[in-house]
Amino acid sequence: MNSNFKIFLKGIIDVSPLMIPVVPFGLIFGILAIDIGFTPLATMGMSLIIFGGASQIVLLQLFSGGASSLVIISSVGAVNSRHLLYGAVVSEHVSDLKLFWKIIISYFLIDQAFARSNEYFKKSNDKNKYFHLIGGGVTCWVIWQTTTFLGIILGSAIPEKLGLSFAVPLTFLALLVNDFRKMINLIVIIISGLVATFGYNYIPYKAYVIVAAFAGLFTAMILTKIIKKI
Amino acid sequence: MSDWALIIYCGLITFLTRFSMIALLKKEMFNDRIREVLSYVPSAIFPAIIFPAIFLDNNGLIHLENNPKILAAIIAMGVGIFSRNILATIFSGLASYWFLIFVV
Repeated sequence: MNSNFKIFLKGIIDVSPLMIPVVPFGLIFGILAIDIGFTPLATMGMSLIIFGGASQIVLLQLFSGGASSLVIISSVGAVNSRHLLYGAVVSEHVSDLKLFWKIIISYFLIDQAFARSNEYFKKSNDKNKYFHLIGGGVTCWVIWQTTTFLGIILGSAIPEKLGLSFAVPLTFLALLVNDFRKMINLIVIIISGLVATFGYNYIPYKAYVIVAAFAGLFTAMILTKIIKKI
Repeated sequence: MSDWALIIYCGLITFLTRFSMIALLKKEMFNDRIREVLSYVPSAIFPAIIFPAIFLDNNGLIHLENNPKILAAIIAMGVGIFSRNILATIFSGLASYWFLIFVV
């Protein structure tokens, strides 16, 4: 078997556990979009063109609330600001690649694939290790498009009472299981979470995600420096 | 703006946030210190999605009393810390949530 294909498969396997909550997430998105009044084609278009769960949910929330296009686009940008940091981390591993591959990798640079591939990149020295991220990204892509489509078809048949949207924070929580054990990480998690929760209503344009992230990173910067001095 | 234009702009900005750093940064721009701080990126970003989804209600107000999501998230976190298993974390959270809203 071709070694690139092996890395690609490893990406699929590593990301798979994280794909289970993507199923209700995609269904919820499809159901909500139709409910708000988007056509099935536009709903599919969102999943194909944007391909980002948090972005798409924010788009729906603000659109249904009557926000202007400029506010919606800036908010989607703010929610996506975390990708700047993912990109900065990943760029170190893909800096020698051609533009074509950088474009492909960028399209597939989603939370789940980033989390799993970042762990893999730290361990692997293979020059084609980026196939791991593409494997994870493609897996999520297939599931996201399929569940969006099913959500469009199922519509209101799934009861809202099930609270499936709770699967969204649980997924992100599960991505942090190894970090809860480390003191600095734990403090960073609490600072970021508190800033986001209390800033949710006061920070404009849904920029609470980036503000919380920078507060968290700033905390990490200070704490790692202090600990080195001791 | 038409729905399609909005979708395309949102797609563009999503892509650009993913692409810009990958396209612009060079390997030499990273020293050990930057790498160390960047390793805290997941811990700095994910809570900004987790906390509001648990502690805020549909109107964006802080909701602490009678909020089954808080207990369910704590159970999920405990299971996650001990098992280090992603699936166990998610399922224990969803199962506790359903137990709390349908049974209790």
